[in-house]
This record gives sequence, C-alpha cells and structure tokens, in this order.
Amino acid sequence: MSDLIRRDPRTEWIARNRLHPLHAELTAPAGDVRGPTGLLRKNPHGVGFIGPNGLKRIDRLAIQLGESGPQGGQRRGAKAAVEVQLPLVTVESPDFYVVAVLDMVGGRLTGHDKDVLGQGHKLVAATEGQGAVVAVTFGDSKEEAFDKAGVDRLIQFTGEQYEGYSPEQRVTALQAVERELDPEYWLFPDSIAGGQELGCRLAARLGERPATQAWQVDAFTSLCRGGSQRIDISRETPRLLLLGEECADQIDETRHEATVIELAGVPGTLARIEDCGAVDVDPSQVPLGEAEFILSAGNGIHDWDQFHQAADTLRATEGASRVAVDDGFMPRHRQVGATGTWVTARVYVAVGISGAIQHMQGIGQCDKVVAINSDAGCDMVKRADLSVIGDSQQILAELIRLVESRQQGGAENAA
Amino acid sequence: MQPDLSAKNLNVTSLISVGQHPKSGRARRAEQDARAVELGLTLSGDQLEMLHVGAGDDAVMRSYLGMGLPKMTLLKQDDGADAVPVLCDYLASHAPDILLTGVRAESGEASGMLPFLLAEKLGWPLVSRIAEIGDVKDGVAEVLQALPRGQRRAIKVRLPFVASVDNAAAEPRQSAFGPGQRAGINDMPVAGGEDTVRAGWEESPARKKPKRLKVVKAKTAADRFKAATAKASGGGGKILKKETPTEQAQAVLDLLIEEGVVR
Ligand SMILES: Cc1cc2nc3c(=O)[nH]c(=O)nc-3n(C[C@H](O)[C@H](O)[C@H](O)COP(=O)(O)OP(=O)(O)OC[C@H]3O[C@@H](n4cnc5c(N)ncnc54)[C@H](O)[C@@H]3O)c2cc1C
Repeated sequence: MSDLIRRDPRTEWIARNRLHPLHAELTAPAGDVRGPTGLLRKNPHGVGFIGPNGLKRIDRLAIQLGESGPQGGQRRGAKAAVEVQLPLVTVESPDFYVVAVLDMVGGRLTGHDKDVLGQGHKLVAATEGQGAVVAVTFGDSKEEAFDKAGVDRLIQFTGEQYEGYSPEQRVTALQAVERELDPEYWLFPDSIAGGQELGCRLAARLGERPATQAWQVDAFTSLCRGGSQRIDISRETPRLLLLGEECADQIDETRHEATVIELAGVPGTLARIEDCGAVDVDPSQVPLGEAEFILSAGNGIHDWDQFHQAADTLRATEGASRVAVDDGFMPRHRQVGATGTWVTARVYVAVGISGAIQHMQGIGQCDKVVAINSDAGCDMVKRADLSVIGDSQQILAELIRLVESRQQGGAENAA
Repeated sequence: MQPDLSAKNLNVTSLISVGQHPKSGRARRAEQDARAVELGLTLSGDQLEMLHVGAGDDAVMRSYLGMGLPKMTLLKQDDGADAVPVLCDYLASHAPDILLTGVRAESGEASGMLPFLLAEKLGWPLVSRIAEIGDVKDGVAEVLQALPRGQRRAIKVRLPFVASVDNAAAEPRQSAFGPGQRAGINDMPVAGGEDTVRAGWEESPARKKPKRLKVVKAKTAADRFKAATAKASGGGGKILKKETPTEQAQAVLDLLIEEGVVR
C-alpha cells in the first residue's frame, strides 16, 4: 500500500455526529492498534465522550475506575453511590489489648467515643507487638459502624442489670474484663455522659492513679488539663486514662473486625443504689443549646396555639427560625441559627422552615432532622433524614392526636 | 419542694476546698463545694459539719462559714500532702450519714477522684452529680441526679453514702462577712503522707488546644472542588409525599419513638 495518508471524510463526519447510528461503532476504542513499524499506537482522541453541548468531555474520575468511552458520563452518578470499600485490618492473635469503655449516648457512638478509639490505635501503634482495641459497651446499641470506628474486638454487656444507673454492676463487669484480658491500657472518655464516673470508679477499685482530662497522649507522656482549665500537667502515661475530647484523630481510613468477645460470666452485685427512672423535667426550662429534642417553628406555621400544644404533648423544647422570631411569634432566646443558638439536639423537628444557610449552621450538630414542609424542594428537606411533605397544620394535628391516643393507651395498659 | 429534714437529725458532712477564679486565679469559695454546703444546710441546718483538709486559706474558709455556720473542722496539713488517708481515718471515726463533695476541684490536678476513693475505702455507695436530696426515710435517701441536657434521674440509696454535687444543684446563698469572721475554726494538725507520684509531674500554664482541622482526603481535583463547595446534603433521607397526613404523622412519631425522645 502507498504511504500516503488518506482521509475518509465520511467516517470523520460520522465520528463528529453523535446522533449518527454508526457513531458508537466508530468512536468505540479499538483494541491495540499497531503502527506501520509495529509500535503500539494510542489514539489520544479515543478517550472521552461528546458532552450535551457538543464539546468533548474527558471524565478522569471514570478513567480511574477503569471505564472510559461514551458511557462515562452516565456512569458517574452510579459511581458516586457505590461506597468505597475501606481496607480491612485484622488482628489474628493479639499480644495485648487496649480496652476503651464507650459512652454510647442513645445507643450510638459519640464523637468523643470515636476520638477515644483513635487514641487506642495510637497507643497500639506505639507499643511493641500486635495489639487489639477492644470496645466495651453497656446496654442495647443501635450502632452499625463499629468496624469503621476502629473496633477490633467488641464486648457488649446487655441485660436488665446494666440498664439505667448501674455503676456498681458496670464496674464489676469491667473487673471481669480486667481479669480476662489484662489490658495494657484502659481508656475512658472524660465526659459527663458517664465515662468519667465509670473511669474513676474503676481506678479506685483497681488502685490505679488515672490521667484525667488528658488531651495529648503518647506511650510515654500524657498532657492533662488541670483545675479550672488553667494548667497543663505533663506526666508519665499511666495504665488508666480519662481522655478529653479531640484527644486523637478518629479512625477513618480502615475497617476493623469488630469481633464480639463473650466473657465467661460476670458476678452480680448487691445493688445499694436503686434507679427510679427519669424524672419529667419541664422541657421549656431546658436551655435551648442543651436540649435533646427540639420542635422548631418557621414561617410555615399559621396556628401558633397548635404549635405550642404540639411541643407540649411531645414534651419537646421549642425552637424557632428567625422569621418566626422577628414576626413576634416566638421570644428571641428561642431562635436557632447563626444569630441565635447553636443547638446540639439529638432529634430536631423543623416545621415550616425552609432551611436558609443561617439556620442550617445552627443545627449542624443535630443527629436526626425531621422536616415537615409543603415544599419538597427546599434545603431543609435535603438535609433531613425524614421529610413529610404537606400542610404543617394538618400534620401537627394528626401528630398530636396520635401521641395523645398513645399516652391514653399506655395509661390503660399500666392500669 | 424540699421537705424539711432538719428535724431528722441527719449527720451531714460537706467537704470544702479552696476554689480558684477561672480567669484571675484568685482564691475563692469553690462553686460546687459551696453548692454542697448549701445542700447540707437545707438538710441539717447549722448541725452541718464542714470539713477541710489542707493549710486552709483563712479568707476562703471564712467565706464558707459566712453562709451561716458557727464552726468548722480543719484537718491541718501541708497543701501538697495526700488528703485521702487523713479523711478516711476521720470519717471512719465520725461516721456521718451523708458525705457531700464537689465533682471536681478548681485547682491542682482536679481529677475528680476524691469522692470515688473515699467511697471505695469506706465501702459506702456513691451517687455522682446530684442536684437535690429529697426525703430520707428508714435509712434510704431519695436523690435527684443531674444528667446531661438538663435531664434528671431519681435514685434511692442507702445511708451512709457519698454524693458529689453538680452545678445543677441550688445556688449557694450569699456569704455574710461578719458572721464568717466570728465563727470558730477547730483545727487539728494531722500528717498525711506526701504525694510522691505528683512530685515527678511538670506543671505549666495551659496551652491552647489546637483546633481540629477538617482534612479533605480527596484524591482528585474534582473531589476537592466538590468538598469545598458542596452544600450539606443529607442524601438518602426518606421523603413521604403522597401519604395521607395520618400516615405521615405516624412515620414521624415512629422515628421519635425509635430515637427514644417520645416515651
Ligand atoms: C445576617 C443574617 C443572619 C440570620 N440569622 C438567622 C438565624 O440565626 N436563624 C434563622 O433561622 N434565620 C436567620 N436568618 C434568616 C434566614 O436567612 C432566613 O430568612 C430564615 O431562616 C427563614 O426562615 P423560615 O425558614 O422560617 O421562613 P421561610 O424561608 O419563609 O420558609 C418557610 C417554609 O415553610 C414552608 N411552608 C409554608 N407554609 C407551610 C404550611 N402550611 N405547611 C408546611 N410548610 C409550609 C415553605 O414551603 C417554606 O419552606 C438570618 C439572615 C441574615 C441576613
């Protein structure tokens, strides 16, 4: 054949015209193409696809995943949904254990718990031999992501004797862990959610002198906050540590086994402390920043008496958006958001709130958000874990009715 | 309402310590200890025994006494010495029914271990972070414990017991200067062992804790761009659009029940 390069205007035209029935065949990446000298030739024009505006697009995200060609653009959405599988770290026969006793507020890992687990892995890495981080939890847990938080082994104490305020029984259980595993380190979150109390109790029982409010810990020295947050104490790292918040980075790049360990048995204790259950507190007395459950009202509320009644029947603390406050329906100290209160509620129910960014900033720390709104496209619905689309007045009325009938049913059952 | 318990002849002891103003560092009445004294005063009036171990800064001791007590006990020893063995000996022989402490000291190590060590050594039950003591009947006290988020829990505990008093307890009454000056301080010299462990520690003014940075671990420019610009999107939240209001309300209620906020 002659060396002259011959152009084929027709195929070129088909390659340009993405609506042509033969277009896909022509632009599909051919297999290996050998040049006249036998060298492997790559066609730089073969990658990518023609975007909707007729311009060529190269999707490098898709190339990384090993897929290219015309479908790249459509696959992209699908790819985002596929969760990346983190590498699994296994510890087969650990030489030693680091035990972290977790708060598990509401049955889920708190940020503080995850910090403590991260610290556990830091200590494992700094100690010779293979170690495993053991998480100890009390009561029923709703947590599913123990593996992603860095739990190698899991000990769960469940049952009636661990419900409510049962520190004496819990310390007995921890003593059983001490006998069985003889941990290298004991880690507790130094928190008001129970970690501090349990840690101190165990320290007193074992005769250890704990490092408290420790916030920078390695295998040799710990830096601890002293009284009134005014001094730092640098000391040798003891075996039992009560760790402050953000003491170490959380685990987020690996998965762990979270294998459940069963303990032989924990002796019961004579309960000298009896838990008589939670006492009803007036939710309107709870400061907004601390409240656990907030029912918040925005511009979408038209019947304010009904809203107050709903908050009362649900026993929720009331919150409001700025519009509701500016219009005089709610007091200023109830305003949630950038210029109001930054709330930490576990459950936040937003009724008729559109979700302006100034409002969203205030609810950044909330766990579960429920939106009741007539507009399915608003930002609050995008943030919410559960959204119901409809008229707030009707839904609140139904909610009040359901809760009231539930309470009556409960009272009849109890009677 | 607090039932009047001063007629019950309860032996209540409050431990007090020298507090510290969080900003100026000036010695003062410790916040939680003052609340413990206030609680003790409502329980047993001026029969309350106030106890301090240490050198006993006179001005601070008198500011506690100014809350309306004729006298207090001071177990005098060096400020650095270990207070626990001395307290254990004293309490074992004086046997109060209720021992009140603060949750955490305002100066020094502030480990919050003292009530736990005392309870362990004395073999008494301990209730932490209490807000109120209700009725005491047949050797059992009804106690209200302060939980996070302003919640309260009712607890029954046998006497004698140790309780640490939370900031949620009733505010301490004002201290009157004159009566405080006139009140008596019984001091007893004691010798607690020196705290040798602590001698090896280094103390320095508190450093500012570094703020945790949000590290974006994106591998590509497009991911980084998205992380920097994306709005918070829940993604995967359930949306109920077509259901009747009753079904929608039921779904909301189910979630509230599952989260345990509606009982
Ligand atoms: C400097 C600055 C600071 C600010 N700080 C704050 C702040 O701290 N906190 C704050 O909240 N705002 C703040 N804002 C105001 C904020 O930008 C919004 O204007 C405000 O949050 C909107 O409140 P909203 O969602 O209640 O009202 P709208 O935006 O009017 O939303 C009302 C929502 O209710 C829905 N609705 C209407 N009728 C019904 C019905 N019958 N049933 C169900 N749903 C219905 C609508 O679909 C809409 O989504 C600030 C603004 C500025 C400029």
